[in-house]
Amino acid sequence: MVDSITSLGRNGLSTWVIQRVTAVFLGLYALFLIGFFLTHPNLSYEIWTSLFHCVWIKIASLIVLLSLAGHAWIGLWTVITDYVKCSCLRFVLEIALIVGLLAYVLWGILVLWS
Amino acid sequence: MKSARPVNRDVTKYRFPLTAIVSILHRVSGVVLFLAMPLFLYYLSQSLSSVEQFQAVTETLTKPFPKVVLWVVLAALSFHWVAGVRHMIMDVGFAESLRGGQIGAKVTVILSGILMILAGVWLW
Repeated sequence: MVDSITSLGRNGLSTWVIQRVTAVFLGLYALFLIGFFLTHPNLSYEIWTSLFHCVWIKIASLIVLLSLAGHAWIGLWTVITDYVKCSCLRFVLEIALIVGLLAYVLWGILVLWS
Repeated sequence: MKSARPVNRDVTKYRFPLTAIVSILHRVSGVVLFLAMPLFLYYLSQSLSSVEQFQAVTETLTKPFPKVVLWVVLAALSFHWVAGVRHMIMDVGFAESLRGGQIGAKVTVILSGILMILAGVWLW
């Protein structure tokens, strides 16, 4: 069996499970946010910040952000592996992907806790 | 193997089946969502920082071009969401046959199309 060192799950089954579980978190969070916007048509700054002052939404948002990093890593790793045949360029893209996702997570933490 | 059979090399005559188009759009929409994340995080941080910044963000999102960008992101989200749910329905063991896959692909296009139109109605 060939294991790719840049894949997130290390083996196919764990990658498959991570992709599905993170997808459920992301899907539910997207539904929640869109539902929030739909039920607050004239959203004010006070209501918006009071939502993100709750500890539960901070934690949920961070879990979702980490899910996004895992989900996008697996998804984009698959896309890069399928379409970029030059292994040198592929490696550079994969590292850029991981650095980018790490930056998303750290940026998200800064936004949520400041 | 040499064969006397005629070979059709007219590539314009080849058509992607709908299942392949849905699969590729699932990837494209995923890449779009990944690229849109900095925008989302930027607007989130701006809107939470102060009342003035919040109003600046809401004002920006009423302008035509940002609205189109927002619609593209919502459209990508709609498609990726529906196609993802279809994937998990197939994981559970439904609609896995050739016919089932074709019907699933059609339903994905129709449902996400409706969501994209609704997103447009919501924004404009």
